[in-house]
Amino acid sequence: MQEAILGVLRRVAVIGVGMTRFGKLEDRSLMDLLAEASIKAMKDAGVDYEEFDSVYVGNMLGSVVERQTAIATALVDRLSLFPAAAETVENGPAAGASAVKNGFQAVASGLADLVLVVGGEKMTSLDTATLTDYIATMTHPEAEYMHGATLASLAALLMKLYEQRYGVTEEHVAMVAVKNHRNALKNPYAHLRREITLEEALQSKMVAEPLRMYYSCPISDGAAAAILCPLEKAGKYTDKPVEIKGIGHATDYQTLHEREDPAVLKSCKYAAEQAYRMAGLSPKGIDVAELHDAFSILEIVESEDVGFFKKGQGHLAVEQGVTELDGVLPINPSGGLKARGHPVGATGVAQVVELVWQLRGEAGERQISKNAKRGLACNFGGFGNNTLVHILEAIRK
Amino acid sequence: MFVIRIPRYWRSKGFRYRLEGYRCEKCGHFHHSPRLVCRKCGSRSIRRDRLSQTGRLISYTVVKSSTPLFEQYVPYVVGVVKMVDGSLVVGQVTDCDPEELREDMQVEVTLRKIRVDGENKLIQYGYKFRPVIE
Ligand SMILES: [Zn+2]
Repeated sequence: MQEAILGVLRRVAVIGVGMTRFGKLEDRSLMDLLAEASIKAMKDAGVDYEEFDSVYVGNMLGSVVERQTAIATALVDRLSLFPAAAETVENGPAAGASAVKNGFQAVASGLADLVLVVGGEKMTSLDTATLTDYIATMTHPEAEYMHGATLASLAALLMKLYEQRYGVTEEHVAMVAVKNHRNALKNPYAHLRREITLEEALQSKMVAEPLRMYYSCPISDGAAAAILCPLEKAGKYTDKPVEIKGIGHATDYQTLHEREDPAVLKSCKYAAEQAYRMAGLSPKGIDVAELHDAFSILEIVESEDVGFFKKGQGHLAVEQGVTELDGVLPINPSGGLKARGHPVGATGVAQVVELVWQLRGEAGERQISKNAKRGLACNFGGFGNNTLVHILEAIRK
Repeated sequence: MFVIRIPRYWRSKGFRYRLEGYRCEKCGHFHHSPRLVCRKCGSRSIRRDRLSQTGRLISYTVVKSSTPLFEQYVPYVVGVVKMVDGSLVVGQVTDCDPEELREDMQVEVTLRKIRVDGENKLIQYGYKFRPVIE
């Protein structure tokens, strides 16, 4: 983002949010989920159907799971949002955050005044075999997946590197999973609402040494939605607008092993730096974060690469309880991808929804300090190589 | 269900069979798939080249549960190997008990069956690594 541009962009606010429950939602189609999340966000913002200029839908697998393309068109039709401009955004598991970014750009540039952003995914209706195989296609086909290098095996290599270089133990990784399960227990929208013990996690099935089943996210259905408008018009809809203060987006080498330093998620670093610069903030200014813990080790790595902790010290923060709900910097109060669930295209929007609830003081039992003012969301479009970071700030009267 | 469509699979055979790729003449960076511009230094002078036939195992994981395409082969070892020129390559490590593996051990390239794709009646061959008896 060029500084010169910042002055001419309009400030953008989130004025309403909503989401479906995440989980195995057998009787619901992708379109049902997208519609439910949208309607909830519309009610939350108190907007009328005819007001929308644009609709962005983040989705990764609709063409495979539901054999449906042009999903945003179908959603505009389903919700009678005509003649709003419909656009589907596919960016792997960062499709949701990319949809938010598109919505931001439309409003900030002045092209649109009212935008609906929805992310959704239907995953559980496809047989697990075909689904996992399809998701694995986001690794490098010839250099990784063809050799049986699954996403879990890449996460295992990263975890091992962290153990060797920084003294991270399996217990640290398990503690992240335990924390996120505990948070999800307080989140009525979460997929896995069950507390797990450290022992249970440490004894769960080995997937790829040293990574166990409890250190990875489940397969879920779900959708989340947010409504954006210029900040100057937000007062018409809500007395608790949340501003999108900063956005960053960057890409790194597709394969993990070829990166300059595989322990550093450079795209995450760059995206965070961009977002801080745009927001005029440093990592110290953040009160709460939603990170992309598709594998629990990633939460530790990201917490360092977005600048919260020094490289190699993220696990110490976990150990000291810094990232707990009542800690200094709660991470994944929603339960994260690990326990809220990871309906891929929905995740980036669901992270924004959680931050909005937290910053408005509406997160119920899992509400962090009411003084929390700023939140950061980090969503990956591959194994740490296509990262979007959003910074949100509560606007208080 | 097949991770790579057959034509694409066929086009990747240079790297898959012989670790043949594209090397930047300016900075020496190796790319496993075709490039017009070096991703490291931006140079446009790139020639075909092959990686060495030996390297060192720098990290590995024993995969005990995999995606359906590879589930029948578990447990198998996915390793990261540093070739002589410093390029890193991912591949399976074979011909040894995972217990015998250690980091920094010397490995060599061998052509093996990677998996059988029943649906497309295709037997996938490709490189794997095996320990060198030192
Ligand atoms: Zn070069």
